[in-house]
This record gives sequence, C-alpha cells and structure tokens, in this order.
Amino acid sequence: MAQAPDTPLAPGALEHELEQADSRSRWLLSLPAIVIITLFATAPLLVMVLYSFLTPGDYGNVIWKFSTEGWTNVLMQRDIFDDTLIWADAHLSIFWRSVKLSLITTLLTLIFGLPTAWFVATRPKGQRELWLFLVTVPFWTNLLVRTIAIQELIRAEGVINNVLIFLHIIDEPIQMMFTDFAIGFGMTYVYLPLMVLPVYAAVEKLDFRLVEAAHDLYASRWTAFRRIILPMIKPGIIAGSILVFIPCLGAYVTPRVLGGGKNLMFGNLIELQFGAGRNWPLGAALSFTLMAIVMVALVYYVRLTSREEKTDV
Amino acid sequence: MQHQSQPMPDPDSDDTNVAVRVDRISKIFQGNEDEVRALDEVSVSIRRNEFFTLLGPSGCGKTTLLRVIAGFEPPTMGALYLGGRDISRLPPNQRPVNTVFQNYALFPHMSVANNIAFGLEMLGKSKGEIQTTVYDMLKLVQMEHLKARRTSEISGGQQQRVALARALAPQPEVLLLDEPLSALDLKLRRDMQIELKRLQHETGITFIFVTHDQEEALTMSDRIAVMSAGKILQVGTPREIYERPAERFVANFIGESNFLDAALSGGAVRLKAGGPAFAATPPKGVADGEVSILVRPEHGRVRMGAATEGELPATISNVVYSGEATTVHLRLATGETFKAKMSNTPAEDGGSMVQGAEAALSIAPGAVTVLKD
Ligand SMILES: Nc1ncnc2c1ncn2[C@@H]1O[C@H](COP(=O)(O)OP(=O)(O)OP(=O)(O)O)[C@@H](O)[C@H]1O
Ligand SMILES: [Mg+2]
Repeated sequence: MAQAPDTPLAPGALEHELEQADSRSRWLLSLPAIVIITLFATAPLLVMVLYSFLTPGDYGNVIWKFSTEGWTNVLMQRDIFDDTLIWADAHLSIFWRSVKLSLITTLLTLIFGLPTAWFVATRPKGQRELWLFLVTVPFWTNLLVRTIAIQELIRAEGVINNVLIFLHIIDEPIQMMFTDFAIGFGMTYVYLPLMVLPVYAAVEKLDFRLVEAAHDLYASRWTAFRRIILPMIKPGIIAGSILVFIPCLGAYVTPRVLGGGKNLMFGNLIELQFGAGRNWPLGAALSFTLMAIVMVALVYYVRLTSREEKTDV
Repeated sequence: MQHQSQPMPDPDSDDTNVAVRVDRISKIFQGNEDEVRALDEVSVSIRRNEFFTLLGPSGCGKTTLLRVIAGFEPPTMGALYLGGRDISRLPPNQRPVNTVFQNYALFPHMSVANNIAFGLEMLGKSKGEIQTTVYDMLKLVQMEHLKARRTSEISGGQQQRVALARALAPQPEVLLLDEPLSALDLKLRRDMQIELKRLQHETGITFIFVTHDQEEALTMSDRIAVMSAGKILQVGTPREIYERPAERFVANFIGESNFLDAALSGGAVRLKAGGPAFAATPPKGVADGEVSILVRPEHGRVRMGAATEGELPATISNVVYSGEATTVHLRLATGETFKAKMSNTPAEDGGSMVQGAEAALSIAPGAVTVLKD
C-alpha cells in the first residue's frame, strides 16, 4: 500500500500487505462491538462475581469484606445454634421445581407452537407477515399486565370459572390460582411466541418436495412427518426450546403473580435475596450457579440433538 | 388427435400390454382470477417395459401429467389406470410408482445408503432384504464407494444416480423421471443417457421420462408423446415422430423443417414451387386441395446450374458451413425459402456451393410429408 504503484512487488507481497490491512481494519471495525459487549455483558457479570465473594450488609447492599459464605449458602446453611454448616436442600428443591415447570412449559409451547408455526408458514406469501405480526402482538404489552390478564382469566371469580358455572358444568369455582398449573399456563402463554418464531423460520425453509418424495416412497403422512419433517425443522425446535426454557428457569414475574408466595421458582429465590432476604452475595452466587447449570445443560442438549441420523445400512 | 401408424389391431387396446392408461384426464389449476388448463383431455396408453418420453415446450403440462400419475395432483376430470386398475383416487404412498424428481429431492439428513433404503423400509421389508437390495442398487448405479456419504457431499451426477437408485429400489411398476438430466453438463448428460437406457433395459421397469430436449427424446425413447398447451399432439416411435409428424407444431419442435405450399389430389402432391409429383399418404381428415407439406433439410439435394426435369429452380441465398455438413439456403420460384442440408462428403460436396448462384433442388422421393394444418 505504501509502495509506489509502479514498483514491482515481490510475489506474495501484495497479498501480505492486503492481509495486514485486512486484519487491522477488522479489529477497528469490531471495536464498537467489543466495547459494547464488555460494557453491557461482561462488566455486570464481573460485578456479580465480585459481590458473590463479599459479606452481606444489614440493609441489603454488601460490605467490602471477603467471604465465601454466599457460595456455601447455595447448598448449605449455618445452624443457628452452633454455627456449623449443615446440608440444606431447600434451594435444590426449588431448583428442581423450576426445572420441572420449565420443561413442562417448553413442552407445552412446542405442542401449541408447532401447529401455529406450521399454519403461519403454509399461508400464501402475502399473508404470512400479518399472521406473524399477530403472533408477536402480546410482546407489545407489558409482561406484568399480561400476567394479570391471565390472573383475571383463571382466578376464582374469573372469566373461566364464571363461564363454567354459568353453563352449569361446575357448581363451585375450580381453584386454579396459586398452583403449578397457573404458573405453567401463564408461562406457556407468555413464552409461546419465542417457540413459534424459530419454528416458523424452520418450517418456512422446509423443502416440501422432500415430503412429496417421502410420500412417493410409500411413507404415510405420520411417517413422513417423523422421518423427514421433524429432522429438518429440528434446528428451529432446538432454538425455540432454548429460547423458552432459559427465561422460564429464571422467570419471576409470572410465578410471583400466578403462583403466589408459596410456589417459589428459582427466579423468585434469587429476587428474594436481593429484596427481602437482604443477602446479595447469596443472590449473586445463586445466579451464577443457575447460569453454569444452564450453560452445561445447553451444550449437552445441543450435542445430543444435533447428532445425525446414523448410517445403519 | 393421435396419429396411428400401427397396423390394426392396436396393441394399446389390450390391457395386458399396457402399464399406464391415461383416460381423458384434465387438470385445471384455479388461479386468482383466471384458471390454467394444464392438461386438456389427455389420453395415452403407456406399454409395459417401455421407455416412454413426454416431450414438449416449457409449460405444456409435462410435469403436471407426471404428478397426476404419481398421485401428487388429483385430476380435475378423467381416470388413471395402472395395469388395468383404476388408481385415480389412490394417494401417492399407495401407488407402485416412484419418481426421480427434477431436483432429485434427496433427503439431506441421511446418507446415500439410507436414502436408497427409505422406500424399502416404508414397505416393511426385512433388514436383510433391505441390505441386499441397497447393495444391489449401489452396484447398479456404481456408487458403492460413496454409500456412507451424506447426499449434500456428492456431485450432481452422483446425486442423480442416488435419486435413480432410491426410486428403483422398491421395484416400482412404473418409474417417472422429470427432466432428471437437465441439471447436468453435456458430457455427463450423454453418459447418463446411456446409463439410463441400460438401467431400463436391466430392470425391465416402465420408464416415463420427461424432457424438453428433442435430441434426448429421439435417442432414448421407444415412443414419444409430443405435448403442447396441455394436449398430446402425437404419439409414436422416434422415427414416426421425426419422419411423419402429423402437424406443423410437431415438425417444428423436432428437428429442422421446410414447410411448403402444395396441392394434394388423389394421393399425389404437387409443390407450388414446381418439380415432380410426389406420392404421399395424407393423415386422416386431410382432404384434397391446398395443403402444407414438410421436407426435412437433409432430404433436399442442391446442384449448381439450371433446373431440368424433376428439379425445382432456385437461387442460393446463403451458404452456412458447419464442419461435417453445409446448409444451403435457397429461394424458390414462389418466393418460399428452403434449407437443404448437404453433407460435406466428396459425393455431395456441400462446401462447393456459391452464394447468389442459380441452382436446382431435388427432393428425395418419399421425403414429402403432408401435414394436418
Ligand atoms: N400448482 C399450480 N398452480 C397453478 N398453475 C400451475 C401449477 N402447476 C403448474 N401450473 C401451470 O400449468 C401449466 C403446466 O405446467 P407444467 O409444470 O406441467 O409444465 P411443464 O411442461 O412441466 O413445463 P417445464 O418444461 O417448464 O417444466 C403451466 O402453465 C403452469 O403455469
Ligand atoms: Mg416441468
């Protein structure tokens, strides 16, 4: 680049020059992204790591004194009488509850989301945008408002119970609020679009000629779905499952409103430490534990599901 | 509409000889405002073990006819028989018919071997039988060495062969091929044409082959159906189609043609441009009077000099040399043009023609075909 245009270049010199310039400009171009990621993703995480190793203050906040108490408290408790550490499974059981509810929610969003996505993807081209827009409409409303709308539907004097009583199908209102059902119902509703969108993208890309080929080769509709369609839209299903499962695991608004105070989920547990519990280090440690578990589970899940159909002939 | 040159009795009337009978099938696609008549009362009988080709320009309904036979499109009207059995209402997975798709439609998430095994699995064949058949198929299309590859990791020609093997493995009664060679380059295409013929011969399966390449149709087919605008215009052997086309469209679509005005009377044709009377059998429904006739370029002989008895006077308007042959463009006495194709052998010496010179054209006896329109 610095050479005069008519200076003959050694073979490969120009390429080398270009390569250098290329890598230089590449760094320069990605600088804003690096700054943003550092600022908005890495820095808060580092603050959290730091907090998890400090001592809780009396009014929330932290005292700048090193302590591993936050981490040990994830699975253990100090006995109030003799100060020894004893095994405590309270957090663990809340975690399992969360995992269970999140898995059920993910499954439900898949059961409702797949046909929805299929329906949208098989509309004529001009209509799909409208249907997609309708799917995303709930996103335009505040999460709390949506959750309260669900509450309005399922509470004892809510719409569903009133209608059922009016139709004489039941005599007494069904207790739906403050149950796992309520949480699952609410989360399924809230996270359904996150399943529909990636699955839609996958179905839309689906080559329907392959389905025809399967029928041509004597596959019934169900077999064609299982052997051809499902493997082809699997990436969309995986993406949707991840997008639904992870926020479910950390959800706290929906479980709080619909589940009441008793049915804690992991998100509520963390929230509690930063609120009434006034134990920021424990909250930070719990957050990290969740993150680590999610990450390990994710890697395992993606590995497991992206394995190809094995050759057995 | 069919030009029948077979002697009676018609072999197609006997159902034991017929693999597929298409009986007055129409297919109408409903558009937003208009409707497309993709097939218009098509009737044709395809015989057992036949290499049958559907030939026609783009949009004439070839794919639609194939899809109706495969079961992907329900016909709007008409009936479809397979070996004498009415299969019009049968879904594709219950028809003993397999398709080689134009884009192959191989399952990308499966290996070559699993693709070939798919149809056999669906038929509930035993594992052992599947393995033997897949192996035989791999050998048939010479793909044994690539059996474990994913179908996205093999070349176009190899994909084509896998598609063939996959469709042949369940041993269908009829194999449908929708322009399976169109994605291949010329050299590979030639090789695959030969291979296809060999496979058809070895398996004894009825092939229904779609192409819009007339040369491909002529070299490969036992019989050809020429289609245009949803109709079958003519069915016949490559020779019949080429040498005795029934209509101007067929003649024009296949090979090079000279169309000349003539008068027909009592089995003899006399060209307006002069020359002798030619004996000709007009197709059914053509009465004496003014007719159009066809002469293929290679049936015209040109000689420099003035025309004598039995020759047509002409002027050479252009001479196009193309290696083995020379095409001589002539202007006849009536103002009509005539292309004569002369081989560049010492005997014919097409290369010696001079542009602008006076010439005499002679047409081989029996080379005149009376057309229907
Ligand atoms: N699903 C459809 N809906 C509406 N019209 C269609 C449909 N499929 C085909 N057609 C129309 O039917 C006619 C015949 O189409 P077809 O695909 O059979 O032609 P083709 O002979 O196979 O042509 P090509 O050589 O280009 O493949 C065309 O005019 C086409 O536009
Ligand atoms: Mg076609």
